This record gives sequence, C-alpha cells and structure tokens, in this order.
Amino acid sequence: MISEIQIPTVADLAAKGEKPEVLFWVGCAGSYDDRYKNVTKAFVKILNKVGVKFAVLGPEETCTGDPARRAGNEFLFQMQAIANIQVLNGYEIKKIVTACPHCFNTIKNEYPDLGGNYDVIHHSQFLQELIKEGRVRSKSGGTFKGKKITYHDSCFLGRANNVYAAPRTVLEALDAELVEMKRCRTKGLCCGAGGAQMFKDAEPGNKEINIERTEEALETKADTIAVACPFCMTMMSDGVKNKEKEDAVKVKDLAELIAESEGLD
Amino acid sequence: MEYLPQIVFILMAGFFGFLIARRISRIAGNIKLGKKANLAKNDGQRLRNMLLIALGQKKMFRRVIPALLHLLIYVGFILINIEVLEIVIDGIAGTHRIFAPLLGNAYTVAINFFELLAVGVLFSCVVFLIRRNVLKINRFKKIEMVGWPALDANLILVIEVVLMAAILGMNGADQILQSRNADHYTKTGTFFFSAGMFGRLDALDTGTLILVERAAWWVHIVGIFAFALYVTYSKHLHIAMAFPNTYYGRIEPQGKMGNMEEITKEVKMMLGMPVEGDNTPSPEGMRFGARDVNDLSWKNLMDAYACTECGRCTAECPANLTGKKLSPRKIMMDTRDRLEEAGKNGLDDGKSLLGDYITKEEINACTNCNACVEACPVSISPLDIILQTRRYVVMEESGAPGSWNAMFQNVETNFAPWKFGVQDRFNWANELKENG
Repeated sequence: MISEIQIPTVADLAAKGEKPEVLFWVGCAGSYDDRYKNVTKAFVKILNKVGVKFAVLGPEETCTGDPARRAGNEFLFQMQAIANIQVLNGYEIKKIVTACPHCFNTIKNEYPDLGGNYDVIHHSQFLQELIKEGRVRSKSGGTFKGKKITYHDSCFLGRANNVYAAPRTVLEALDAELVEMKRCRTKGLCCGAGGAQMFKDAEPGNKEINIERTEEALETKADTIAVACPFCMTMMSDGVKNKEKEDAVKVKDLAELIAESEGLD
Repeated sequence: MEYLPQIVFILMAGFFGFLIARRISRIAGNIKLGKKANLAKNDGQRLRNMLLIALGQKKMFRRVIPALLHLLIYVGFILINIEVLEIVIDGIAGTHRIFAPLLGNAYTVAINFFELLAVGVLFSCVVFLIRRNVLKINRFKKIEMVGWPALDANLILVIEVVLMAAILGMNGADQILQSRNADHYTKTGTFFFSAGMFGRLDALDTGTLILVERAAWWVHIVGIFAFALYVTYSKHLHIAMAFPNTYYGRIEPQGKMGNMEEITKEVKMMLGMPVEGDNTPSPEGMRFGARDVNDLSWKNLMDAYACTECGRCTAECPANLTGKKLSPRKIMMDTRDRLEEAGKNGLDDGKSLLGDYITKEEINACTNCNACVEACPVSISPLDIILQTRRYVVMEESGAPGSWNAMFQNVETNFAPWKFGVQDRFNWANELKENG
C-alpha cells in the first residue's frame, strides 16, 4: 500500500509528454500546516484509490495571494496571481481541484481577470462527483453508523460561491446523522479567520468568533464537526480545545471522513 | 376668491416639486462623485433581480414577521397613491372626487379597498413603533442608531400614521356630509372602515364637519408632498433607491473582489510582460484604494443612499456579534453622511471618509464572510467599501497591523503566508510515501 501511493508533479508528467486530467492545488495550509497536511494526504489517498489521473505542482506551487488581497495589498496579490497563472498556463492546466475554499474562490473568480481561466472545483464538489458516479462507495462499513455529524459552512464556499449542497451530499454518504447548527447555509456564522484575520489577532471585543461558533456546534451534540476549509479547521479545533471537548468531539475535513469510511486511514 | 384653494394648491405643489427636484439633482450629483463601476453585463439577470428583490421583496422574507408587516406598508403605499392622482386632479381643477361619478360602484369598491390597505398600514406602523421603542430589539439599539437615526425612523412611522388617519378621517367626514346632502359632496356609497372609525363625527354640525373634511384633505395631500421631500433627506429614500440598487447589484459570485487594472498594468510592466492598450505609467499622485467618497465607485455611493438602516447586516456580522466596533450598517451610514457633507462643502474640506468617519479598527475587524451582503434586502455591499479602504491603508499609508505586514513579507519571500521555507513545501508527499 505504502509504496503504491503516487503523487506525480505536473513537471514529472510533462517530462513524459503527459498532462493531468486534474491539477490538485494543495494550498499553503495543505502543504505546511501539520493538521491540514493530513487532509491533503487523505485526499491524495482517495485520488489514488479511484485512479484519477491527477498531479500537483509540488515545489512550483505558491500562495494564490488571497490573504494579501483581502488585507489590502493588491500589488502583492497580483504579483502572486500573475506568477501562478504563468505556471498554470505554461502547463496548459484546464481543471483544478483544491481543498481550500480561499484558493478555490481566488483561482475560480479572480484569476480570470488576470488571464487565468480554468475549470475550478472544490474538493467537496469533486467528492460529490465521485459518490454520484459510484467510485466512492456510499454508506459502507458502518464506521459512522449512529454518529452525529454537524457541518460548518465555510464562508468562501457558501455565501461567496453558493456551494452548500456538495459538502452535505458527501456527509450524507457516510450513513451518519447530519445535524444542522442554528445558523447554517446562507446564514452560517463565520469561524472568524477569513479576510486575512487568520494572520492577526482579533480587534478588541467581548468574545472570539470561533468560540461563539464552537458553542453553537457543540449545542448540536454532534460527535464530529465537519469542515471543508483549512482556516475553519484551525478555528474550530481551537474552539473545541478551548471548551475542553477535544476528547469527545472531533473536527474533521470531508476528505478525512471519506478516507476513513473507505478504510484508507 | 372662488379660485383661491386651487391657486394655493398649485403653488404648494410647485413649491414642493421644485424643492424635491433640486434635492434629486443634488443626490444624483453626489452619486456621480464616484468612480466608474465595473459591472458585469447581463441586463436580463439584472431585471430579474430587481423584480424579485425590490418589487418582490424576496430577501425581506429571511425574517418573516417584519417582512409581512413591511409588505402591508409597501403594498398600501403603492396602491393608495393611485388615489392621490384623484386628489391632485381635484386640487388643480377645483372638483371633488372627480372619479366617483365616472366609475360608479367600482369607485366605492376601490376606495373601500384603499381603506383596507390604510388600516393595514396603520397596524404595521403601530407594531413597528412598538418594536422600535418598547421591545428590546438588538439591531435597533446599536450605537450608530443614537440620535437622528432613531428619530428619523420614528418620524417616518408617525408621519405615515398621520397620513393614514387623515385619509380615513377625510372619508369618514365626507360620508356624513353626503348623507346630509351637503353641496359638492358626491354620493359614493359606504366606506366601511372610515364609517366605523369616524362615525362619531356625526355629532358635529355641517359647517364644522366641512372644515374637518377639508382640513383632513389638506393635511393628507400637503403631508404627502412634504413627506416626499422629507424622504429625500431620510433613510426612507430606500423606497426609490431599492429599485436601481437591486438592478445594479452584484451578479457575479459574492466572493469575487474587483481587479485593480491600474495595478495590473504596473505589475506587468515590472515583470516585463506586454501590457494591453495604454502602457504609460499611472500618473503621479494617483490614489490606490479609498480614502474618501470620491475614491469609491458610484455604485458604492448609490448603496449608501439605498440603505434604510434596518441593521440586518449588523445583526449577522460575526465581528459585531462578538463585540467588535465594526458595524456594516455604520459603514453605509458613514458613507452617506460624508457624501452629503462633501457634496455641500466640497471634497477639500480637510475631512475624509476614512479617518473622520470610518476607523481602521472597524475595517480591520472584517472577516470578509459576506454575511452582511447576503443579509441586505436591497443588494448593498458594505464589504466592498471595507475592502477598498483597506487597500488605501496598506498601499498608501503602509498602515496595516504589524502581523499583516509580517504575512506580506512571508508571501514575498517564502511564497506562503507563514514563515516556512520554500524547500519544505512538498515535504508532505515524502511523509505520505514513507508513513502512509
């Protein structure tokens, strides 16, 4: 199993005169963040298992520029974006999948203005497709039978891009009970990390946003808080730790849950 | 003397008409202080949005009870205004209920229907007054609502109550005068609501009753003209601005930030890439981002005039919910206040939107979650203004919080927002291959 894992880079394929069907854009959190690297690995295992011809940029990938742009540094954003677009266009990339809603939003909506036009999907949509095509067996194993999962909407997936159904379809495939928080879908409450807040302390207030959201998630009595964004992952995990519930309640990404149910962990 | 009421009426209508026209041209001029807006083209989609969101009140119904009450007032005001047509013709021509003989029974049905609507408006206004002044509804009690905004909201409701009371009182007195066969009072059939509410006017003698009827008629019509003028100075301007504002509202995904073409040009020249079209460097002194209202787009400024301060944005803002200073509604109110001030005193009055109205602490608290944009019933984007002011702070003042500057530096040197080495980016692949 271990030696079977394939993680080709686009450069590897290009050397053989090949192109990937889909580029997996890992993102900075997926590459560096210890917790989110596990999501990257889970997703790569799924890609390997279903036999999708994918590739990653590997060392050639760089930040999309999203945090710089949202903080107000348009120069830095465009430097990043234009450099990335040169790489992507150089490899004639057509389709991109990413596990980060911020990368997803930026590449899908903002790169076209700078000459980068790709078919961009979020990994929740990719997993939804796999389930629909039967390439990932749904309701298998019973790992999740009798468990309660609540899904925390990522703002950059939900309100920013109207992706509400895909992550829920993925969770429904797990045969767990999906319970909604009071504020969900279009009314979902932010985890507190978007708009470059991930990279600075919050302004003075009377509560941290992730604590407010975590309390709401805990009210559902779910065993698992499912997330689909690296920043949400950090914020919700910190919130659960703050409430000293990390033994009872797990924060997991959709890809990790699917990998678990497929026996890939 | 016989024509005196007609002359007074025409002078009154002309007076208010002039003031309203002058005010509209001032507002249009203020909106034109804004820069070009880059709007996606799709007229069909825009028209659909306007019909659904403004005319159809679609987004109001995210909160059902206020939406229903608001709908009563909205439908009431649109339809009752048909009757104003008759009042204006009567006022100019010196006639009385000119449509009554023409329409016969249909007139009676129509006026009864308008009275039903008027009662609905009265009911809603009273409930709204209670909601604003008695019940502790959080979004009406925020600091930006203290003073004029709270008074403005109450004044609007009280004026609407007075207008509805006047129309019902006028009809009530009219019917009693009809039953006494007073001169000029055309027979119309019974108006049930006003008859029920103002039946006790029967105790008055005919002369006094005519005075009451005329007074109610004048209060109603002068009230409408005066209210129309007041609206142009008030948050209530949303009754007009909701329509163009939803038409020109965003049709692209809410997550998309607008591209700054002037920066694309500079970045491409810096990288030695071909620049399409005009490739002369941007002029010295050009401002990046927004410091004042004229740095925003005209759509941002129209947004400010379309805002009716309902606070649905602020009620869903995660920053505001957790006690931060940011309130998206205040961003819009500040923009309108500054725009009014700059329109009057000029832009070079030593003040600016950012600094004198909106503070860095407010804009720094935004998580870009789009909850405010999603919540707005008339397609306003406070987020767009926040993002443009952030651009000014970073690119013109280098005034970002220290940890953001550190993040910028990381992106520049390590191509990641954290301080990790470029050579470690692909380590996860080896970890996975080795450890599974």
